[in-house]
Amino acid sequence: MPDGKLILITGRSTKQGTGISTGKELAEYQEATTILELSRADMARFGLHEGDTVKLWSRFGEATVKCRPEDLPDGMAFMAFGSTINQLVGNETYASGMPDTKGLAIELEKIPA
Amino acid sequence: MQVDNVVCAFCGCVCDDISVTVEAGRITQAKNACVLGKAWFLSHGQPSDRPAAMIDGQPADLDKAVDTAARFLAQARYPLIYGLSSTSCEAQRQAVALAEVLGGCIDCCTSVCHGPSGMALQGIGEPTCTLGEVKNRADLVIYWGSNPAESHPRHMARYAVTTKGMFIPRGRKDRTVVLIDVRPTPSARAADLFFQVKPGKDFELLWALRALVKGQVLDEVGLVGTGMTLAQLTDLAERMKRCRFGVLFLGQGLTQSRGKHLNTSAAFLLVRDLNSVTKFALVPMRGHGNVTGVDNVLGWQTGYPFGVNFSRGYPRFNPGEFTVVDVLSRGEADAALIVASDPVASLPGKARQRLTEVPTIALDTHESETTRIARVAFTTSTAGIHVEGTVYRMDNVPLHLRKVLPSPYSSDEEVLGRLLARVKELKPC
Repeated sequence: MPDGKLILITGRSTKQGTGISTGKELAEYQEATTILELSRADMARFGLHEGDTVKLWSRFGEATVKCRPEDLPDGMAFMAFGSTINQLVGNETYASGMPDTKGLAIELEKIPA
Repeated sequence: MQVDNVVCAFCGCVCDDISVTVEAGRITQAKNACVLGKAWFLSHGQPSDRPAAMIDGQPADLDKAVDTAARFLAQARYPLIYGLSSTSCEAQRQAVALAEVLGGCIDCCTSVCHGPSGMALQGIGEPTCTLGEVKNRADLVIYWGSNPAESHPRHMARYAVTTKGMFIPRGRKDRTVVLIDVRPTPSARAADLFFQVKPGKDFELLWALRALVKGQVLDEVGLVGTGMTLAQLTDLAERMKRCRFGVLFLGQGLTQSRGKHLNTSAAFLLVRDLNSVTKFALVPMRGHGNVTGVDNVLGWQTGYPFGVNFSRGYPRFNPGEFTVVDVLSRGEADAALIVASDPVASLPGKARQRLTEVPTIALDTHESETTRIARVAFTTSTAGIHVEGTVYRMDNVPLHLRKVLPSPYSSDEEVLGRLLARVKELKPC
């Protein structure tokens, strides 16, 4: 069962941006686009440590990623744009052409090491 | 060899002051470029051993690949052309012509970045300016839902914050910089004022600002849950009215959040209102190097900036119907031509799944998740490194790309031109 609910924001990060040019198959890009950032309080709330694996769900899909603490508001998660996080993004664009890639409701569960 | 005044076509800043060093047929330095620009120049400026064309993952003759791709497109009932944000305007023109001949759909990366800004522009008009005006005049700079420190690393230094201008002689000291976002990004450190708003509350705040700018009295209760107090919002509204030249840089925090084109419309209306009090402008923070260019090219040729359909023989525009996520996820497109983009990596699951189910043709300068699933993949030269061309900066200023290296590969413009010619043979108008 999921351990908690979060609001997911996806966006650009520097390493994700450089990886577009240097190669998405390289470790730096892969790492940049498969790490979920959480507030320190949320890391503690979920019993997580940096590098732990978590499973994420949205209404549209699921993904398994690593996590790390970052300077974020409690209840918010951030992840860089990429194919991993897009598994959680739905296809509905509400007559705009734009899917919801920010403000997405997700649930998180810690995966035991 | 050093080549000066080279234009970087990675992001919408399109910096035109890069000094590129070429040694032994490769780019070894890109002076003045930011971290994103350096990665772009140094990666694309290396020799490649990729085949010029591949069919079903196997190296193929270029003529054969053109013919195979053209047949896929000509035989399709609803072909989709998508991408185009990282190539030249000259290539984009060929893509629009191809879409018209095919009677297909053409969309660009705008639909998943600033499509909602384009929709607001159409409904309200665009109170805009150039980045040169920002540099020389702007004493109030507001970034809303944007993180330029990571997405456009030279934007602040070159155009908007620390740079000195004609009427901003002391640079940073003469400007007030405001950042509004849902999280404290690295850009917050460069701002005088940072307001951390709640996700999904941008529209409410923009509407409240409109009311305050017009002198209406608001109740604090209406702002509960937005992340800003009435005192903070009133102070911001007063700063907006007091400034000599203000600019609002609009980020994807507004376009990709709930509300989308309603958020951007509120921002456009706020800036329009402010022009009855002072001079104020709005500039969307466009991401890819020539995503602004493809809006312009589509605009000249069809009247619409993205999401254009030619199936009735004339262009129609309807976001949500003719836009890439919708056309693919509903399973409508039965062939896809992807140019200078990687939608398999960047689109939601169902949309990218469709690209694996239909004949997909990809033009890209390097291997990508999309080229890997493509039935036909062309390796093309890089506009701005191997070929000349035109790109548009985020403020709609066109700049000429220089060629600094030769390439064994055809350009996007050449491959698209060949596809267009072959499709015309297969599918006479």
